[in-house]
Amino acid sequence: MMSHSPFAEALARIAFLVKREFRAIWRDTRSRTILILPPIMQLFLFAYAATFEVNNIPLAVLNEDMGLASRDLVADFTASPAFTSVARLTSAQEIGPLIDDGDALMALRIPQDFSRKLLAGKSPEIQVIVDGRQSNTALMALSYINDIVERFSREHARTSGIVPSPPQLVTRAWFNPNMDSKWFIVPGLVATLTMIIATVITALSIARERELGTFEQLLVTPLRPPEILIGKIVPAAVLGMGEGLTLGLLGVLFFDIPVRGDVLLLVLGLAVFLLSVTSFGLMISALTSTQQQAQIAAFCFIMPAVILSGFTTPVGNMPETIQWLTLFNPLRYMLEISRGVFLQDMPMSVVFEHVWPMAIIGVAAASAATWLFSRKLQ
Amino acid sequence: MPYGLFFKDLTKSFATPARHVTALKGVSGELKPGQITGLVGPDAAGKTTLVRLLAGLFDADSGEIGVTGGTERPRIAYMPQKFGLYEDLSVAENLALYADLNGLDRTTRERRFAELHRFTGLAPFGKRLAGQLSGGMKQKLGLACTLVVPPDILLLDEPSVGVDPLSRRELWTMVRSLQNTGIAVLWSTAYLDEAERCDHVILLHDGVVLDSGTPRDLNRLVDGRAWKAALPDDSSVAAKRDLQRAANQTRGVVDAQIQGRTLRVVMTEKDAAPDFASSQFAPLRQLTVKPTTPLFEDTYLAALRAKRGDEAPVAADIGTYNVQAGQNANGRPVIETRDLTRRFGAFTAVDRVSFSVKAGEIFGLLGPNGAGKSTTFKMLCGLLPPTDGTALVAGFDLGRSRADARSHIGYMAQKFAYYGLLTMRQNMEFAGGVYGLRGKLLVERLKDAVEEFDLGPYFDLPCGDLPLGIKQRMALACALLHSPSILFLDEPTSGVDPETRREFWARLNALADDGTTILITSHFLDEAEYCDRMVIIYRGKLIASGSPDEIKRAGGDETRTLNEAFIALIEDYDRATNNGVAA
Repeated sequence: MMSHSPFAEALARIAFLVKREFRAIWRDTRSRTILILPPIMQLFLFAYAATFEVNNIPLAVLNEDMGLASRDLVADFTASPAFTSVARLTSAQEIGPLIDDGDALMALRIPQDFSRKLLAGKSPEIQVIVDGRQSNTALMALSYINDIVERFSREHARTSGIVPSPPQLVTRAWFNPNMDSKWFIVPGLVATLTMIIATVITALSIARERELGTFEQLLVTPLRPPEILIGKIVPAAVLGMGEGLTLGLLGVLFFDIPVRGDVLLLVLGLAVFLLSVTSFGLMISALTSTQQQAQIAAFCFIMPAVILSGFTTPVGNMPETIQWLTLFNPLRYMLEISRGVFLQDMPMSVVFEHVWPMAIIGVAAASAATWLFSRKLQ
Repeated sequence: MPYGLFFKDLTKSFATPARHVTALKGVSGELKPGQITGLVGPDAAGKTTLVRLLAGLFDADSGEIGVTGGTERPRIAYMPQKFGLYEDLSVAENLALYADLNGLDRTTRERRFAELHRFTGLAPFGKRLAGQLSGGMKQKLGLACTLVVPPDILLLDEPSVGVDPLSRRELWTMVRSLQNTGIAVLWSTAYLDEAERCDHVILLHDGVVLDSGTPRDLNRLVDGRAWKAALPDDSSVAAKRDLQRAANQTRGVVDAQIQGRTLRVVMTEKDAAPDFASSQFAPLRQLTVKPTTPLFEDTYLAALRAKRGDEAPVAADIGTYNVQAGQNANGRPVIETRDLTRRFGAFTAVDRVSFSVKAGEIFGLLGPNGAGKSTTFKMLCGLLPPTDGTALVAGFDLGRSRADARSHIGYMAQKFAYYGLLTMRQNMEFAGGVYGLRGKLLVERLKDAVEEFDLGPYFDLPCGDLPLGIKQRMALACALLHSPSILFLDEPTSGVDPETRREFWARLNALADDGTTILITSHFLDEAEYCDRMVIIYRGKLIASGSPDEIKRAGGDETRTLNEAFIALIEDYDRATNNGVAA
């Protein structure tokens, strides 16, 4: 054996292990497919399906008014992409069954005196009946209705000159002027899918070796436990990085996501993030003995991590104790960085504010994994 | 009228991603009622495929399977190699589950359970979880579950794998006792010595029937061809191996093996004693040969060679690959344990075990499964720290410098422990690399290994699909890449065919001659015959140590096999400590 410094020897051993891991993942057609196809499919699937906008709300219209104004208002509704008119009703009795059966989510009832009141300068009333069973959609629909009605009355006031326009509140969404939810979702997916891939690879890595019977052979080599763990983290982290950047690129190419910040900061964030999630993966690996157990355990980590990250619902809306829990979730920080780099030019200092908690979580998780792993070998 | 089964010209092939495997190439035979038919052959001979075809799990590509006797469909019970016991259910719950699955009603069930309990001796363990049973007990429970409804035909796929000699004997007694019910039993096994217990034997090799008949008939092939010679009491280990080599080079010798202080020789011709008198090698001329009873292994080898028309002894001349090990070969101990102890919580797995192994020795670490043998082995390999006592391996104290000790040992696991999807080259690069071989040195060592172990044709193939014997050679080559002074082998030849085993042992002998110390663990006593010395570990304690002959003597009558001596020693121990009831 050649005599180098122990550190150089250790690095060389790790390098051989990393090389073997890459080869093993790459030569396995199944693991190769799992690495490439599902994340890309999920990116497109989520980006298209999981939008928060509400389109094509089925709308039933009962217009009891004969006037021109009421027809204009109905036209405003049907012209909006948010609503699709599914029925023109003639009596109020028809409303109930339609809503009950879910054929219409919303019914718009314009009373007989609508046009008259409007022309007389009084404020007319309209009735909106909404299916409250789908509360989210209903709330969105109500806000759209408010928009449409407000615009209608403004327009009417302007053209008829009857009432001077009231002061208006104009909302403008920063960073995402069109409130395109893909802009919100895709940077989130970059972080989330990367986490899933990296966690699963590491969580299964040792269990797979145990099942194959190659693990003991590995343990009798001069490789020390921390070296084995590093050898398992590096390939997963490198693949995760590739995955994350590919998904980001696809987001830019297919969903026109801007890149307003510094990509290097994204890379830095991803690197620290991957250190922490792969360490969680290794903890799972140390605690489980079969691939099946590892898979289940990985999902027990991934699901809460996604829910408590702010990926779908803002962390600020969560109860205080739960918000406190999210502080231990690396995905929470990575989401901020990812959205920050893509959608705004997040300054380096702010990126670092999100990087250091991930670094602490990562070091803690890696130490825990090493401890669990060594304990299991005793 | 009791039922039997016959099968004719069965063929079956499977396609794996890498290649097409023909598991059976025209196999014919018969299971007679009231008989135990042994399906005997090494791993990958096609045994499992045949048993599954007979069980009706899948269809043959061609050929015929039929029932003899009886007028209705016979009830065929099949016990697969890994029987589907629910490890988290108790013994009684497992039995009840299989009774439910077979639709057994309450009253029949109670009677049948009582019979099965008597038959298996499992009654005291009804509440124990199946996962906590020993290998032998699991098999007994599996057999009981298979038999909840008395079958007409019983198919057992390697029931004795992973079962210690004691339990193996009990399993045989159990199945024997079924015979008077007239059922036909198929017992498949890779242990050749089990063939002698069968009524009828089908010898399977590589998807082909080598021979079939009663063990007596089959042994007739080698009648008068087996000879033995006692070696002088003071022969050193190296001297024995020189004798073996010289014997193998004698004209007419098919096979020469050292077993303890005996040299066993099988000849090509009947009644022709080996002509040692005219040997070039003086010590060989001193030996007097006597005829001896042939073993089934002799039969197997002879049948295999007759089929191939090849009578040459297995590679008697194997070079050495382990260049550096020889430097240590001065007979001082390279492994030494003193009161080695390992506790897991309150449980003492290894209890004050002391022994020493000299450089160049082939040393056996034997014992039933779960007796502490594997824990001892793991401590010596540097996988587990000892709780108490000391162990020195290659000059390193395992209490302090396990990682350093590990870099001086070679390890070959029982199961093939390399990534099947990677090529042999890639696996071997890794195996050498983690031990610190780099660049040109690594390339050279790989080149030498390929040459020495004859791996050239397979070097760039994914190694998962290679034949067992090649995998084994590769694993040995990997374990030797970094020139370790000690080689640890975990049940290295269990399940391989006798030819591969001989070749493997020839390599081990050559390595030992050059000073590599070899430590072998096994619960498979055939393997132990080849060791120079051994210890038997049982219930965490060292209960016997010495050469194979010394062990046989300790077990009682010298003529016994090591297997019988082993059982006797364990039973003596249990009687002496008066706790033979617990398992």
